[in-house]
Amino acid sequence: MNRRLVLALIAALALAVPLSLLAGRVWIHPLATASATTTAILFELRLPRAVLALVLGSGLGAAGAAMQGFLRNPLADPGLFGIAPGAALGAVLSFWFGYSAAPYLLPVFSLAGAGGAMALLALIAGRDGGVALFTLAGLMIASLAGALMSLAISLAPTPFAMSEIVTWLMGALADRSWRDVWIAAPLTLAGIGVLALAGRSLDALTLGEAAARSLGVDPRRLQALMIAGIGLTVGAGVAVAGIIGFVGLMVPHLVRPFTDRRPSSLILPSALAGALLLLVADCLCRVLPLAGGELRLGIALSLIGAPFFLHLLLKMRKGLA
Amino acid sequence: MTTLDTNRLGLAGRLADVTLSLQPAQVTAICGPNGAGKSTLLSCLAGLLIPDAGTVTLEGQPLAAMKPAQRAKALGYLPQTPEVAWDLSVETLVSLGRLPWRGAPAVEAQAAIDEAIAAMDLEQFRHRPVSRLSGGERARALMARVLATRPRWLLADEPLANLDLAHAGALVRRFHGQAAQGRGVVLVLHDLATAMNHADRAVVLSEGRVVADGAPESALSSDVIARVWKTPARWLGEPGARALSLR
Repeated sequence: MNRRLVLALIAALALAVPLSLLAGRVWIHPLATASATTTAILFELRLPRAVLALVLGSGLGAAGAAMQGFLRNPLADPGLFGIAPGAALGAVLSFWFGYSAAPYLLPVFSLAGAGGAMALLALIAGRDGGVALFTLAGLMIASLAGALMSLAISLAPTPFAMSEIVTWLMGALADRSWRDVWIAAPLTLAGIGVLALAGRSLDALTLGEAAARSLGVDPRRLQALMIAGIGLTVGAGVAVAGIIGFVGLMVPHLVRPFTDRRPSSLILPSALAGALLLLVADCLCRVLPLAGGELRLGIALSLIGAPFFLHLLLKMRKGLA
Repeated sequence: MTTLDTNRLGLAGRLADVTLSLQPAQVTAICGPNGAGKSTLLSCLAGLLIPDAGTVTLEGQPLAAMKPAQRAKALGYLPQTPEVAWDLSVETLVSLGRLPWRGAPAVEAQAAIDEAIAAMDLEQFRHRPVSRLSGGERARALMARVLATRPRWLLADEPLANLDLAHAGALVRRFHGQAAQGRGVVLVLHDLATAMNHADRAVVLSEGRVVADGAPESALSSDVIARVWKTPARWLGEPGARALSLR
């Protein structure tokens, strides 16, 4: 069943990628003769944007699948570990200090923020590898990073910096370049690789922590893999596109019924489905006629994701999830 | 040396000076009142809890020195409150028992899964989601998961809790079948009649110490029950078909 799902998702991506390149403010006819303008739009604007959507979507999808497996909770989201807020705090500080205009400094600050959150998480989570303490530590880091971001915004040196911070936090793929792809792609792929390494341990965790340990799972190794995997995928995403929520929550849900429901068999399909979701959502943001510019991707996904989350909660209340 | 041994095991406030030599091809019941340290001892035997003092050795080798996968292949453990986080099919659930055997041939893995499913009489439920099993079927599926590892030792914490009479009886017979194949079976049991009638050996714990150990007829005698459980009790019936009267 899994192979068919993976092939179907690859086929859908093969269809969606060329379509996404043609769609936008300027629609490009597939049979039109290439001009300098269309070539520039295709290769300098839309292709890096599409590749970035694929990269970030796959990272967020895989991170969500691993996270739900780790916490044994279908409502878990990669944001719970506090790594996304940590990365966002790093980015906010780069705006605050006025470094954001320099190439690479914004993503470097953001990755440093993600790294700081990962280190703090590893430090607090303790030696026993318990999931509950780990999650609470993540929530605490998320709250702390959120509070520091609010502080930075309220004390922003100029109204321009404040507006830049707020806009950036909404998350988007507009105006991204190949440079962003080169930053995010290797980190995200490495992150997905690390999460795939955790697959067997996540499968064992289906039976609870004690049974997983009796099956040979080393909780500390698993914890380290989760920190590194989520840190790389989510940190890379936030570093180049701001906070894009709900992908990691929604995608594993949509994919799970088509798998044997083991966390390990969910990681690859969730990566592919995440890539597809982000590509399609970004494309829709681009083509939606909106006065005053483009709908921000982060807002669009929250608008879809929040009702989805509510629907899940109601389903769980009925005991159907 | 094919035994599972503890040597003067101690764990702050929970176990004290527990020395046991558990034998393969036997069903050993660990009994005791609430808080006596039964589950703690089983967790130590499974290598999941590291004792403050003493050692657990499997076939002469300290558990603490074994690699997690090596330990997992030898010791199958069923926790007291088994959970299944995702709605797996019975076959997928049982296949989780093969996780310690990374790199083993797929044919061998499938044979172990099929054998475990057959041993627990689950063939008709093979593709059924766990959420659609009854309590007894679910308990059998979880036990089959342990068997699929093909461990040399089965350690189960209250495996008969929440099972009705027929399912509990069937599971007890299957434990004996496993012991007959040479496996060591160690069960934490709160039901003393089950331990009396079906175990080959009973170990009684009280406040973290072993207070009786041997054939159930002597280790679970009325005197021991009165002393440890602090309640008058009288065994009725014949050996092998005992019932416990608390009057």
